Amino acid sequence: MAHADSTHAPTDKYYVPHSSPWPIVGSIALFTTVMGASLLLNDAGSGPLVFTLGLVLLAIMFAGWFGDVIKESEARVYNQAVDRSFRMGMMWFIFSEVMFFSAFFGALFYARQYSVPWLGGEGSKFFTNYLLWRDFEASWPTNGPAAVGGDFEVIPAFGLPAINTAILLTSGVTITIAHHALKAGNRMLLNVFLAATFLLGYLFVYLQAHEYIEAYRELNLTLGSGIYGSTFFMLTGFHGFHVTVGAIMLTVIWLRCLKGHFTPTNHFAFEAVAWYWHFVDVVWLALFVFVYWL
Amino acid sequence: MSTVHTHVDTHVHDAHDHGPAKGWRRWVFATNHKDIGTMYLLFSLAMFFVGGVMALIIRAELFQPGLQLVDPMFFNSMTTMHALVMIFGAVMPAFVGLANWMIPLQIGAPDMALPRMNNFSFWILPFAFTLLLSTLFVEGGAPASGWTMYPPLSLQTGPAFPMSIFAIHLMGASSIMGAINVIVTIMNMRAPGMTLLKMPLFTWGWLITAYLIIAVMPVLAGAVTMLLTDHFFGTTFFSAAGGGDPVMYQHIFWFFGHPEVYIMILPAFGVISEIIPTFSRKRLFGYDAMVYAIASIAFLSFIVWAHHMFTVGMPLAGQMFFMLATMLIAVPTGVKVFNWAATMYKGSLTFEPPMLFALAFVFLFTIGGFSGLMLAIAPADFQYHDTYFVVAHFHYVLVPGAVFAIMAAVYFWLPKWTGRMYNMKLAKTHFWLSAIFVNVLFFPQHFLGLAGMPRRIPDYSTQFADWNMVSSIGAFGFGFAQILFLIVILQSIRGRSGVKATDKVWDDGMPQGLEWTLSSPPPYHSFEVAPEVK
Repeated sequence: MAHADSTHAPTDKYYVPHSSPWPIVGSIALFTTVMGASLLLNDAGSGPLVFTLGLVLLAIMFAGWFGDVIKESEARVYNQAVDRSFRMGMMWFIFSEVMFFSAFFGALFYARQYSVPWLGGEGSKFFTNYLLWRDFEASWPTNGPAAVGGDFEVIPAFGLPAINTAILLTSGVTITIAHHALKAGNRMLLNVFLAATFLLGYLFVYLQAHEYIEAYRELNLTLGSGIYGSTFFMLTGFHGFHVTVGAIMLTVIWLRCLKGHFTPTNHFAFEAVAWYWHFVDVVWLALFVFVYWL
Repeated sequence: MSTVHTHVDTHVHDAHDHGPAKGWRRWVFATNHKDIGTMYLLFSLAMFFVGGVMALIIRAELFQPGLQLVDPMFFNSMTTMHALVMIFGAVMPAFVGLANWMIPLQIGAPDMALPRMNNFSFWILPFAFTLLLSTLFVEGGAPASGWTMYPPLSLQTGPAFPMSIFAIHLMGASSIMGAINVIVTIMNMRAPGMTLLKMPLFTWGWLITAYLIIAVMPVLAGAVTMLLTDHFFGTTFFSAAGGGDPVMYQHIFWFFGHPEVYIMILPAFGVISEIIPTFSRKRLFGYDAMVYAIASIAFLSFIVWAHHMFTVGMPLAGQMFFMLATMLIAVPTGVKVFNWAATMYKGSLTFEPPMLFALAFVFLFTIGGFSGLMLAIAPADFQYHDTYFVVAHFHYVLVPGAVFAIMAAVYFWLPKWTGRMYNMKLAKTHFWLSAIFVNVLFFPQHFLGLAGMPRRIPDYSTQFADWNMVSSIGAFGFGFAQILFLIVILQSIRGRSGVKATDKVWDDGMPQGLEWTLSSPPPYHSFEVAPEVK
């Protein structure tokens, strides 16, 4: 696939920007944000202020940095080699995200396969159960032998979670239709289906929030509900955060489409966000199967 | 370009026509791989001394039995911070700095593939370490649970806890961005004709290292995030009462931790594979085997993690698997050591400082490898676990291993970077002092460990007194010898050491990579037109 637009012959030289303020702004922003978060967690009075300031700086950095890249892209200073670098960079970024989720899936599988059965006295761990937690019988879901957080109920897979699965899978179809429309030069279809995609994304986040509220209010399922609550909320929570970020990115891409950015052959940003969207989709499928269903 | 008149357009011309920006902007807004590489290397040098001072505090306390100098809690903070600073502040950034400087030169690229992100990954580090080091001054002191941060002990850390966790997040983000840049640069920016199996071994070592970094740094981020939520938000990942398991932390941590130690040694293998052929005036013996050996070691690093935790109580099958998989690593590592030896065989050897450090690396890293084999034997490890034998082992692979390789690389490429030869006599003095004192420092720790002295303890039984005294003398000798390193580098940077370096620097025949076709120092923008590689 040729990604450079043939009507604007790009330069043969690999584009190396001369200097950029955004990395240092980003570093200061990250530092301010995590400093603020530390202060918040340590109950220092200045926490909320510093944390908010950090987030504002982060937003400024993203807007400025991506703004520069969009300007350069629209001025066609990127040749095919630069485009390939961006593609590879995005792919490996998504791979790092996959590994981040793997840590939490690893925790889930470890708890279900090892730590909970061991606490129940499985195999050579008879005395663990007999001496420490004699009344505990291994089962899943569980909040552990000390019943941390009190009795709770779980969210059945084939209620809201199944609807959310349908929503995300549909959004995977709509973004593919939008991509084909972009490649075919059909801007109307592109704008409509891209809008449908991020609207489905926000709908997913809304329903997820609804589910959380129900879990906390009706089911007594909280982050503190032992290992089930821990894995449930951390996995679905980080996933929900990624969907939110993805939906915001889709919105930005949509606004760029409305401004007439991208051509049938030159639309790396669109594809990068589409890859990211499919990634959160796949993570959700794993969540649906291993967290909600099995 | 003349058809597109935009603000950005003029900007583009700037990018190629100008030299470095003036003043602080050159460094703070940097996008040039050489400038960013220099910043990485200088930052790492600073952290090397910061971590070194912490090590000397540890060794000063251990000079004699009894509690002399520091509070035990502070002693534990020192062992924790020394490790974090040296691993994430000194060794890893040094290799990223070398990658920044050398990979574009070695593959004939104009710069790193993603220059702005390159600057971001560097500038995160000073902030991350400001955050980490500032924990020394908060109430309750710096983290003192060891760099591995095992719960439940680490969960008892005071206000320093979230700061150190977030500092680790930032370091991880920096490493991941650096690694993505290395992979994309190597996979996308090679000069025409530079096929993968023509790449210099330093570049190869780094390519494989970068894959390791992207695969495991996010896992560390996940592990410390679970610590954070266990501490502050009531999750029970690592608490048996809630159905979790403290041992689970160790599994997740060492799934990161074992590849991490190879992240610190694979680029070192690459460096040594560049230096030994140069000063033997021979081609590297078994180039392909060297590449496949690095790849095999990287693969194996993912399936050996539980050898760090044989004593936690693992099923027998698990112990057997992790013991045998660990021993398997000796095979590709042996391939490398024998290939280095075969490269030197019948070569016309000379012993300039880089070669001295490379030779010391081969001998002393191998000692560290052998003690690693001893530790891999699960039943024997029950005796060695958490003793000074482990400390001796990993310091042998990290100090005369990774750190010597970094010094070898600096002495190898410094004339290329600055355009001037350095003070050879001083550098050789630095080498001999380092090589002697590093053994005085760490060899006795094998004896201490086998005799049963536990690690991370500020006081010890009197039967350990003599070898601890010897070790501490070695530590101060090694520490002060590094001041010579600083002097040699500063002299060379300021052009005080005289002789101008030629393009080939060492010998007209042997260093054969693309970096030696450029002037010394290379132009600010090199390989804007890709060279042809035959």
